[in-house]
Amino acid sequence: MAEIEAKVLVVGGGPGGYVCAIRAGQLGLDVVLVEQGGPDGGLGGTCLNVGCIPSKAIIHAADAYERAVEQATSAPFGLRVERPTIDFARTVDWKDGIVGRLTSGVSALLKRHRVKIVQGHATMVDGKSCRVETDTGPQIVRAEHVVLATGSMPAALPTLPFGGRVISSTEALSLSAVPERMVVVGAGYIGLELGTAFAKLGAKVTVIEAEDRILPVYDAELVRPVSRRLQALGVEVLTGTRVVGLSDSGDAVQIERQGAAARSLAADRILVATGRRARVAGFGLERLDLTMSGAFVAIDERCATSMRNVWAIGDLTGEPMLAHRAMAQGVVVAEQIAGQRRVFDSAVIPAVCFTDPEIVTVGHSPEAARKAGHEVHTGTFPFQANGRAMTLRAEDGFVRVAARADNHLVLGIAAVGAGVSELAGAFGLALEMGARLEDIGGTIHAHPTLGEALHEASLRALGEALHI
Amino acid sequence: MGTRIIKLPDVGEGVAEAELVEWHVEVGQSVLEDQILAAVMTDKATVEIPSPVAGTVVALGAEVGGVLAVGAELVRLEVAGEGNEEVVAAPREAAAPMPAAALQSPAPTVPASRPPTSRAPTSRAPVGPPRPPGDKPLASPAVRRRARDAGVDLRQVRGTGPAGRIGYDDLEAFLRGAPKSATAAGRTANTSVETVKIIGLRRRIAQKMAESTRRIAHFSYVEEVDVTALEELRATLNGENRPDHPRLTLMPFLMQALVRAVAEFPEMNALYDDEAETLERHRGVHIGIATQTPAGLMVPVVRHCEARGLWDCAAEVQRLAEAARAGRATSAELSGSTITITSLGALGGIVTTPVINRPEVAIIGVNKQVVRPVWQGEQFVPRTMMNLSSSFDHRVIDGYVAARFVQRLKSLLEAPATIFIEA
Repeated sequence: MAEIEAKVLVVGGGPGGYVCAIRAGQLGLDVVLVEQGGPDGGLGGTCLNVGCIPSKAIIHAADAYERAVEQATSAPFGLRVERPTIDFARTVDWKDGIVGRLTSGVSALLKRHRVKIVQGHATMVDGKSCRVETDTGPQIVRAEHVVLATGSMPAALPTLPFGGRVISSTEALSLSAVPERMVVVGAGYIGLELGTAFAKLGAKVTVIEAEDRILPVYDAELVRPVSRRLQALGVEVLTGTRVVGLSDSGDAVQIERQGAAARSLAADRILVATGRRARVAGFGLERLDLTMSGAFVAIDERCATSMRNVWAIGDLTGEPMLAHRAMAQGVVVAEQIAGQRRVFDSAVIPAVCFTDPEIVTVGHSPEAARKAGHEVHTGTFPFQANGRAMTLRAEDGFVRVAARADNHLVLGIAAVGAGVSELAGAFGLALEMGARLEDIGGTIHAHPTLGEALHEASLRALGEALHI
Repeated sequence: MGTRIIKLPDVGEGVAEAELVEWHVEVGQSVLEDQILAAVMTDKATVEIPSPVAGTVVALGAEVGGVLAVGAELVRLEVAGEGNEEVVAAPREAAAPMPAAALQSPAPTVPASRPPTSRAPTSRAPVGPPRPPGDKPLASPAVRRRARDAGVDLRQVRGTGPAGRIGYDDLEAFLRGAPKSATAAGRTANTSVETVKIIGLRRRIAQKMAESTRRIAHFSYVEEVDVTALEELRATLNGENRPDHPRLTLMPFLMQALVRAVAEFPEMNALYDDEAETLERHRGVHIGIATQTPAGLMVPVVRHCEARGLWDCAAEVQRLAEAARAGRATSAELSGSTITITSLGALGGIVTTPVINRPEVAIIGVNKQVVRPVWQGEQFVPRTMMNLSSSFDHRVIDGYVAARFVQRLKSLLEAPATIFIEA
């Protein structure tokens, strides 16, 4: 059996793993990265193959189509479009092209930094080595440091096992055609992003949520514009509703709403988007006897597990399951292996929800800041008063800043509105740099841009807003 | 209703100002007539100031540690009846008089009173802890990374930026000031600083010591003394166990020897008035005994040692030391010395450089006793040896004279019988 020795073994080629491998390569370390490939991933992991990137491609196509339809029906600014149609198969091909370019880009970057990529399913033998089933037979990889970055996978509902019409987000991104009737189970960000896109593409979408409102992790104020938009798009939202199971014929979902009699929802596709679970089984992790934190591998602030020189990063280590968190952790681990002193000490991990309109949250909500014991000043600026938002016909939404009352230190920034995901960088920078309201207020924000709403919200928290 | 201003009374003859050492009242408190308002300290004593009237405290005239001129506003009271009347309070000697003066000077005595009570130290804002406990240090990612590289825990770094933000400059300043090993060893540097106000007795000591070292051209002379015979004599006398005799320490022997020696060196038992440029040679030998008390250094005085015998000296030293430590020594007992002895007993060390109790011109320091091998002609013999470290004011005493004086003391102490033989 072939054996490879390396300084660093990275198990998993998603955003956490490949970034860790690149950084380790940059630092001159000898790195082996094992990626199993398959329908769930390949290099780039869930994010590039079946997550962030492909969903944004589908969402973009759906937005463009929905706008074209709007022009055809009401032509709000005079643009005349005749009966637009969308060839969804070509949409998916286009999406696949983007994914292909990105994954081959990742592959090229890894090679440039002399990372050895081993394709195959890895099984941990112990804390220093793993066995990989490659196309050319089993191979043993031994390393001084092991970085676990196996990610997560869609969680199945016991009442709605995947198969037939019941699909996960992975399959939803590669459908051959837009389904006529789609039931989305789970009104979290994944369910709503995809549900909204398919509604725009022409599907009759019903969203089922067990909690009493959509996007339960966001505060109600932020979610309201999204609810309005779903309603306008004709998406039926059933909150406080439980899935009982699939009908015998397999073409309908049995639901139960707060004690009322069960009813049946006919569906061509049933997208289960109730969450993701860490991929902790099936690769010999149990042999390492790592300390767990619930369903996740427990790590400290250095991303170290309970076993010396075994590190874990990304979704495997718990919430928030976000690619950018995994990437940052990957860098922290690679630099530590290279002998640097590092901890994962980011002040904030921004979260973006690509619904319509988009939601960005960075840092504390006003309520969370108060719960943390601060007296809080907030400032909210609506896009209705922002010139650029008007010209984009994107007036629903706002930017909201929360700051400490005593020293005006900004504790959190959130926004809801079309295209606000691009403001996440400005929000995060303000918080990482320890900005006070006056710092944002004293920064010239280019006119006319949506970013002016951040400026005005900060001024408003100071009682100095100019345009409201 | 009216307002009455209580002024600082004349608290002693010739005293122009006093330091406020303790408030007994606070703003808003109602006081009865004769209730103690404050304690002030003069050069000589602590005096309590009672209120001449009943009323409510509206304002306090000084902070603790502040100096008030006699006649300055001490307390403002709101009183029944007509106001705008200025009242001078009468000083009062407290029930248990306590000493305050650290080092005597020939000045008139003042009724003694309570000593300053200890109070919590205050800390100045600029040197306090970097941020309220629990608050996370605020720093940009670049500063955090630099700190991590340098092994610095940012919780220990004070941020001078807006909202306490730690900038590059703050970190660099911390790195310059803190040894790297402070955190490398897993121990944390404690950067807190406690500022303690120097007031009351401590301030008197500070002033006296600074004045003494500023004005006097000190020089010290150290000589070793064989005290074997003296210690034998002391042991014999203590062995008598007479109930009417106190236990003898070295001190009364040294005092007796000093009386003999200064008779031959009158310039040693003198007070030098450097303003008037006169030297007062005293015939009476008033020996100050430097005494450590809970409040600080005090120097009670055994007066007229030339008229006291060995036992008398011993008893007086014991009485005064107890009184000083208990805070019962009177002002008179704390002033009027003409020469001083300082002894730290077993802590006496090998050599000290005593500071002269100005305006005296000499101070005798006693170092510890040790049994040492001493070469005597043909062999080493164990002898109990002790050093005397004495300081002199070179403005009026030359080294030659000081040396002869110490040699005289040495010869007296080494042959203790000579101390007691009438000349």
